Amino acid sequence: MEDKLISKVPEGPLAEKWTKYKEEIRVVSPANKRKMEIIVIGTGLGGASAAASLGELGYNVKIFCISDSPRRAHSIAAQGGINAAKNYQNDNDSVYRLFYDTIKGGDYRSREANVYRLAEVSNLIIDQCVAQGVPFAREYGGTLSNRSFGGAQVSRTFYARGQTGQQLLLGAYASLNRQIAKGTVKSYVRHEMLDLVLINGEAKGIITRNLVTGEIERFGAHAVILASGGYSNVYFLSTNAMNSNGSAAWKCYKKGAYFANPCFAQIHPTCIPVHGTQQSKRTLMSESLRNDGRIWVPKKMEDVLKLKKEQIKPSQIAEEDRDYYLERRYPAFGNLVPRDVASRAAKERCDAGYGVNKTGLAVFLDFKTAIARLGKPIIEDRYGNLFQMYEEITTTNPYEEPMMIFPAIHYTMGGIWVDYDLQTTIPGLYAIGEANFSDHGGNRLGASALMQGLADGYFILPYTIGDYLSHKFTDPFTDINAPEFVEAEKNVKNRIHKLFAIKGKETVDYYHKKLGDIMWEKVGMARDEKGLKEGISQIAELKDEFWKNVYVSGKNEEFNQELEKAWRLADYFEIGDLMARDALNRKESCGGHFRTEMKTEEGETKRDDENFMFVSAWEYSEKVPIFHKEPLTFEFAKVETRNYKD
Amino acid sequence: MNFTLKIWRQANAKTKGHFEKYQVHDISPDTSFLEMLDILNDQLIRDGSDPVAVNKSCHTEGPVAFDSDCREGICGMCSLYINGRAHGPEDDITTCQLYMRKFKDGETITVEPFRSAGFPIIKDLVVDRGAFDKILQAGGFTDINVGSAPDANSILVSKVKADKSMDASACVGCGACVATCKNGSAMLFVAARVSALADLPQGKTEGVKRAKSMVAKMDELGFGACTNTQACQMECPKGITVANIARLNKEFLSSKFKD
Repeated sequence: MEDKLISKVPEGPLAEKWTKYKEEIRVVSPANKRKMEIIVIGTGLGGASAAASLGELGYNVKIFCISDSPRRAHSIAAQGGINAAKNYQNDNDSVYRLFYDTIKGGDYRSREANVYRLAEVSNLIIDQCVAQGVPFAREYGGTLSNRSFGGAQVSRTFYARGQTGQQLLLGAYASLNRQIAKGTVKSYVRHEMLDLVLINGEAKGIITRNLVTGEIERFGAHAVILASGGYSNVYFLSTNAMNSNGSAAWKCYKKGAYFANPCFAQIHPTCIPVHGTQQSKRTLMSESLRNDGRIWVPKKMEDVLKLKKEQIKPSQIAEEDRDYYLERRYPAFGNLVPRDVASRAAKERCDAGYGVNKTGLAVFLDFKTAIARLGKPIIEDRYGNLFQMYEEITTTNPYEEPMMIFPAIHYTMGGIWVDYDLQTTIPGLYAIGEANFSDHGGNRLGASALMQGLADGYFILPYTIGDYLSHKFTDPFTDINAPEFVEAEKNVKNRIHKLFAIKGKETVDYYHKKLGDIMWEKVGMARDEKGLKEGISQIAELKDEFWKNVYVSGKNEEFNQELEKAWRLADYFEIGDLMARDALNRKESCGGHFRTEMKTEEGETKRDDENFMFVSAWEYSEKVPIFHKEPLTFEFAKVETRNYKD
Repeated sequence: MNFTLKIWRQANAKTKGHFEKYQVHDISPDTSFLEMLDILNDQLIRDGSDPVAVNKSCHTEGPVAFDSDCREGICGMCSLYINGRAHGPEDDITTCQLYMRKFKDGETITVEPFRSAGFPIIKDLVVDRGAFDKILQAGGFTDINVGSAPDANSILVSKVKADKSMDASACVGCGACVATCKNGSAMLFVAARVSALADLPQGKTEGVKRAKSMVAKMDELGFGACTNTQACQMECPKGITVANIARLNKEFLSSKFKD
């Protein structure tokens, strides 16, 4: 194992690791907490919950977000729910079962101890959120309701209509507001982190740009927490918000934090299909719809052709002429197979020519059976807002005709490498939530992102960071006039200047769309050696052209959205390149990473545990990134081929 | 489809703003309103990269600044006053959920920022809604530390009350209510948060002062008073009703009595 890649997983039985570890790590006294500063980048579930918890503990926290309010963070868009092993449904759920489902769902490419800990604290999250007043769905008797999600055979998902992420974020944001009011947390909105500052190899601060005035500012701290989310927007069209970006994480990578499993990106099966070339993003339809919706395409090619010519409506196709392909291929899980499996199955049918819209890139998600079984009012109560949203976008009423869906990039499992403490390879720099790589392996199960963000922020990081800070309380406040800050600020200003100086002919979005096309074609749902190599060289060419021919309008000293986009896109070329390299390096199919050279006769993913049971961790270097690996060992979960058939 | 756009341009909070007219052509009816603005901006940037075009016309340089993020109606980042209505002509949606098929081909569309004393303009169509954060910091939370919560099912909440709380919690904090109100009042916003918590057992103890301190903060930040015009509920993209304001008033009075 490489020197820096020490996972710090404690010894002992799985179920006792975290308890024992917590007892052994050091804590900081209240008087000393007041002497220390912590920077949090990002205000989603991870960042907001971490900042609120650290504020409650008495640290001086500064929290930064690029939006006009912490409440806008993209966690807000999560629809379906949050998992927890409460076993309120008496369906034999347990911490172990949630752990097992998550490890298996991730195709055995995550760390056992981290995942077990996640499952262990999941129940505390629900308690905390209820105490905050999060309006989870309830039964008439007043107890909490649950529903099922992909990759699980129990009902463990807690939800607030189709707006669970919003409600959880408003809960974390409320806790954050409470700390801001108390003065323990200071909030900096419309501030973008543009670089990480290291002093003697430790994370000591950041450089930011005030997005309203353009002012470049320095902030110091005893530790920095990265909670800036994922990098799905490298594909241009994704379900992520327009401003979600990978730049903060990328700056940390370039300062020495290893980047883990960059090629693991999640493609969500239930998104509204692409409608034209001017589209700015993909809209997600919650996975919860697969509780009651059935996915199908026609069995007969003649029906496909009639649909394309709009000669028949989908509802006119007889029951026996429908191919419910997920139920056919995966009888045990049916429509609730994990996301990667459902996405590939949709691609398989569309590649075979059975796609149902004009572009041939869509399948049906049908509620006919559920409406007949439960009645329209119940379906409306469960999914009303989603149905309304679908109709607004497509003008089709999903109570009458099935929805049309097609996979889209949604989430990145890869991210900054962290140890059991959630600390990166840079001392004093922590990464939480989607920004790190830790818990989801090759594929994330639905309703687990919210769980992870809040687990990290409320219950894990506040403990582990104490161990680090217990050695730092004698350090004075960081001097932002130190040469390292001066140097970092200079570099940031130079890069901004360089972007304006190009004065080329093409817009930022033009290049972003081109990059997105390359990524989707070559580093998308199906990957192979030839394509990945082509992708790497095409990205390099495009990046070159961008730096010669992009036009960034306006100036730095103003509110300038083109500059923001250009800054982030410049990093996306590099992120895309690393994703392709990692995908090329991982000559196995696993989770969301499907190498067409590696499949079973039935077309399922074929893992190679002998050669690839590791976390890839890339170290930045000016020429080509340096590859390291952290081997994964499974002491407790039995490693087997994922089976959703029986 | 083709459109004439009359758009408010303003370099920053300190300068005077004005309307500019632009033409956009060949817009697909399936394009969203914000995607149409993306297309306009692409056009304006290309004009700007060509010095001849800039010299030719005296119009405001560069793309139109506007806020947006999730583009699926949940983050509350997008705003815009379109043809005299917050979030445009359709009910119950945010601007990002508005599609060009809702307009007539050849129509002139007027686009303005959310105007209110409480929301200073940052640039063009972008306003500063930071006051909303400050109002919530004045009491829009339950007083609970991480680690001290009881088991979730030990707090029973009837489905009716949970649903009511969820209805009020659907507020996305976009500010359409303020922009629509002739008094520039933030009552609907405050009321949504107060009534989301009012019927729940959680936060009851400290909730006594919640309504009073949030309303006081709203007044302090320059928002106007509520005169029951009910315009706010007409424009709320999330269907928050003025019944919440009645609930806020009840909470407000009861906290006054307890003083």
